[in-house]
Amino acid sequence: MEDVIYVKELTKRFGDFTAVDEISFEVRNGEIFGFLGPNGAGKTTTIRMLAGLSKPTAGNASVLGFDIRSEIINVKRRIGVVPEISNLYDELSAFGNLLFMAQLYGVAPSLRKKRAEELLKTFRLYERKDGVFRSFSRGMKRALTIAAALVHNPEVLFLDEPTIGLDVVAARSLRNLMSNLHRQGVTIFLTTHYLEEADLLCDRVAVLVKGKILAVDSPQKLKEKTDKKTLEDAFINITGLEPEVLAVEKGK
Amino acid sequence: MPLLTLRAWSRRSWQLKKESKMWRDNLRCIFYIALKDIRTYYLKPPAVSWGIVFPITWILAFYLRNPGNFEQLVPGLIAMTILFSTTAAEAVVINFEMRLGSLERLLLAPVSISAALLGKVMGGVVFGFAMTTIVTIGSTIALGLHLNIAYLILIIIPSLLVFSSLGALLCVLVKEVFEAQTLLNLPRFLMIFLSGVVYPVSKMPAAIRCFSYVLPLTYTVHGLRLSFSAGSGKVILAYTLILIGFFLLFIFPALRLLSKKFE
Repeated sequence: MEDVIYVKELTKRFGDFTAVDEISFEVRNGEIFGFLGPNGAGKTTTIRMLAGLSKPTAGNASVLGFDIRSEIINVKRRIGVVPEISNLYDELSAFGNLLFMAQLYGVAPSLRKKRAEELLKTFRLYERKDGVFRSFSRGMKRALTIAAALVHNPEVLFLDEPTIGLDVVAARSLRNLMSNLHRQGVTIFLTTHYLEEADLLCDRVAVLVKGKILAVDSPQKLKEKTDKKTLEDAFINITGLEPEVLAVEKGK
Repeated sequence: MPLLTLRAWSRRSWQLKKESKMWRDNLRCIFYIALKDIRTYYLKPPAVSWGIVFPITWILAFYLRNPGNFEQLVPGLIAMTILFSTTAAEAVVINFEMRLGSLERLLLAPVSISAALLGKVMGGVVFGFAMTTIVTIGSTIALGLHLNIAYLILIIIPSLLVFSSLGALLCVLVKEVFEAQTLLNLPRFLMIFLSGVVYPVSKMPAAIRCFSYVLPLTYTVHGLRLSFSAGSGKVILAYTLILIGFFLLFIFPALRLLSKKFE
């Protein structure tokens, strides 16, 4: 399988603070790649750099063969990004938001309405298509934000904590959608705190702590290497969080 | 040799094609961002009242205080409409969207920061143009005024760009929505009093007169007066160039500051 995301010694510094520290990894075509790490590990910063929202301080990266520094517009045309916060336009309706995104991404005018309606049906929002974004529940906002990222049929989808704040049914429905997209050949770059979710969905995962990658492998191999039964235990072992977890358990 | 030329030609043609697609993409995005902003922010009662009702009320108040020839106040009325309608929402839109995260969402699309900013500026320009057209046509018909349409366009269009980009600049200078409105009120009210909107610049003390010439609204008001009195075309062209200069003076720092927010 060829690499669709190639990252070499990518670094991001904010003054004296190094958020992402010379990380290197590849994401292969068609795989679901999990990017795991505790809060503040640098997961979102990495996605922001790969999606063109933040400039790297050092290092190189390319997405679908396009350099993120010099060819970011070409990258943006081919990727979909679901940010951690559902940030569509409050004043626009569900349909209006998707239509606006289709316009920005240059979806053919004859296909825009059809595509927006298709997505609203897929995410079971069609009945509320004229409802404004701000009137939606958190789950509905999340669903519409994901729909907006799919409006132009992206080849790579970045999902930053997609199931956070969703109820069980909505989260399961989203996981099914990710599996469907995976079957259709879409490459998925996923950050999540839910390690069971990562274990279930991801072909490979990278473990990131304090801006550094500590391990990259399949969930199964990480479990074997650390001699743990679950990805959560393997993750705790790799990240060195075991003493903290033990302290919490003792406190109980 | 012919093979090398062919290769060079083919590379150049590919490069041109790529650049032309980028430009098309940017223009499309500018258009849709402006359209979305007009629908979302400008065609709302607060923007309309701030953009058109406020200038009319202000000018009428001056007229009633000192009744005379209302025709003399028309250029000032149009200039105020340009100033207030372009900045009605422009000064808050960027910060508002930054706080909600929707500006970031916009920049995830294949849009350059400059195209996104120009889209925002164009929203103010188009809304301002509509408001200015209503006020200009209304006052021209009501008072039976004669005007030079070409001169008027040469003054109004760059003025709309100047004040919309001024709104954008002041917006990106601060973090909060209310800060931008407060900051913008300072140049707005300074210009109303010092740019000849209600009191001619020629009658002001020399020091204030000098200061008024560093304010862009002065050129708008003078240019509009010349448009109604069939003044010199050369002066109109000079004012157009000065206004374009102000536009560049505001838009480039605005772009730089906005880009810095995404570094």
